[in-house]
Amino acid sequence: MLGFVLDFERPIVELEKKIEELKMLADSEHLEVKDEIQRLEKKANHLRKNIYSRLNRWQRVRLARHPDRPYLLDYIKYFITDFIELHGDRLFADDPSIVAGIGKFRDRSIVIIGHQKGRTTKEKIRRNFGMPHPEGYRKALRIMKMGAKFGIPIVTFVDTSGAYPGIGAEERGQAEAIARNIKEIATLPVPILTIITGEGGSGGALAIAIADRILIMENAIYSVISPEGCASILWRDASKSSKAAEALKLTANDLLDLKVIDGIISEPLGGAHRNKEGAAALIAEEIDRFLKETEDFDANELVRERLNKFYKMGIFNGN
Amino acid sequence: MKWFRRKRKLKPPEERKIVPDGLWQKCEGCGEILYRKELERDLFVCKKCGYHFRIGSKEYIKILLDGELKEQDTTITTTDPLHFDGYVKQIKETQEKKGLKEAVVTGEGEIGGFEVEFAVMDFGFRGGSMGSVVGEKVKRAILRAIEKKIPLVIVSSSGGARMQEGILSLMQMAKTGSALAELEKARIPYISILTDPTTAGVMASYSSIGDIVISEPGALLGFAGPRVIEQTIKQKLPEGFQRAKFLLEHGFVDTIVDRKELRDTVITILRFLLQKK
Ligand SMILES: [Zn+2]
Repeated sequence: MLGFVLDFERPIVELEKKIEELKMLADSEHLEVKDEIQRLEKKANHLRKNIYSRLNRWQRVRLARHPDRPYLLDYIKYFITDFIELHGDRLFADDPSIVAGIGKFRDRSIVIIGHQKGRTTKEKIRRNFGMPHPEGYRKALRIMKMGAKFGIPIVTFVDTSGAYPGIGAEERGQAEAIARNIKEIATLPVPILTIITGEGGSGGALAIAIADRILIMENAIYSVISPEGCASILWRDASKSSKAAEALKLTANDLLDLKVIDGIISEPLGGAHRNKEGAAALIAEEIDRFLKETEDFDANELVRERLNKFYKMGIFNGN
Repeated sequence: MKWFRRKRKLKPPEERKIVPDGLWQKCEGCGEILYRKELERDLFVCKKCGYHFRIGSKEYIKILLDGELKEQDTTITTTDPLHFDGYVKQIKETQEKKGLKEAVVTGEGEIGGFEVEFAVMDFGFRGGSMGSVVGEKVKRAILRAIEKKIPLVIVSSSGGARMQEGILSLMQMAKTGSALAELEKARIPYISILTDPTTAGVMASYSSIGDIVISEPGALLGFAGPRVIEQTIKQKLPEGFQRAKFLLEHGFVDTIVDRKELRDTVITILRFLLQKK
């Protein structure tokens, strides 16, 4: 059932397997192993808490990239009804690495935008591993503007290793697309919520992460550069990624300390990939809260506060 | 196909010098030995091949402004928010070596009698990278342009966000982009001048979206660095890829202007946008 297991998850997975085996044994042969199962389950719980509360930054990075982690289309299934995906930037093409659409969240209309990595090899390639081209960002902006036009709140989901570095992307103005998104989204007169669900990869993430409230999931990351990229620049050695991850301060708690995000969404014990439905429920609560809190928004006030929020970011001496 | 004269290959960006020193200077474009004083008179453009040497903020102030720059925000300084190994030392060494406080200088000046808010970056200062101070200074320059109702002129040269300030550097893109949104709503003209090189986080925040985008000839411009692209696609990039002409042809630069014409062009544009005689 479990596809991909990270090294530090292994002890838990092994214990869980043993429990499963014991349970099957208890069922089929009516053996009195209840006590043993209970004991092992207690142990497993303890182990989970122990391991997941002490993850280092590199382990978080690997969880954020876990191939079984829920993606936007998974979440949409859990809490969006009447979802209609909208394609294309009306200029060049449709970019499947960004999903954009409209739907209902608990009877409220919202615009949904987000990166989408693929699950199977074929889908990964079709979605370019969640690395958008300019047309992806232009599609996102187009649909967000439509939402703004009709006063519909926007929720964006961030999960990308970055904007794609390729020939076509440069030819069609990757930098311009990202710059324009930042500038235009900054003053869209509707409430915007961003949830970083996996990898927040630099400008490729930021281009859809300009929001009134920015939340990050417990095991997600947000960084100016990948640990591998940082390591290869600093030490010309991509294998020192663990060291680079520590230096970059890219975990949820780091980002909260640096006042770059507004809050952390906790994940089910063991991570979102081990309980997708549970993770979706926790995200849904935050969307619900945001929509309620911004229900009677004043557009001018909202935009003013959004601009001020970003104006304050950064740390320096003097004034 | 090899019958025409082959162009000399440009050196990779990190090997090219910023403002040549010494009595003589070899042209990076054609190999010609140039007399330094003459080169300076030519605004650091090779008289033989037109190669534009990289120059710094001081030179651009001299080339573009009528007189002095009334520099602003000189008291905000770089700190080390991430406790990034070696960062404090690197900044201190660069400051001493370059005689600059940070990778951008901002303030008010006049161009052809027009008062402008002016920001100019220095590639010589840690690759013109944008950390908290650069972002803050550029934001403040943009907001002053709105307050004073004067046009904004930014001369960019940067390798992107500053890694050593991590996520805070990325947020400077959001900060400067947000300020540009306000500038737009205030209908204040913004002339963006791109010089070699302007890439990544700076190109993807404020440099690429001026009302008018001017580039110096031959400047390397783009989002991803050529080496990263080559590593990703596992093939060599074509000659001229991501150079000024390439961007012009793909519709991302309004005009390519020689350094010698830069000041006059900016004045002409200002006269037009401000509807002055
Ligand atoms: Zn020359």
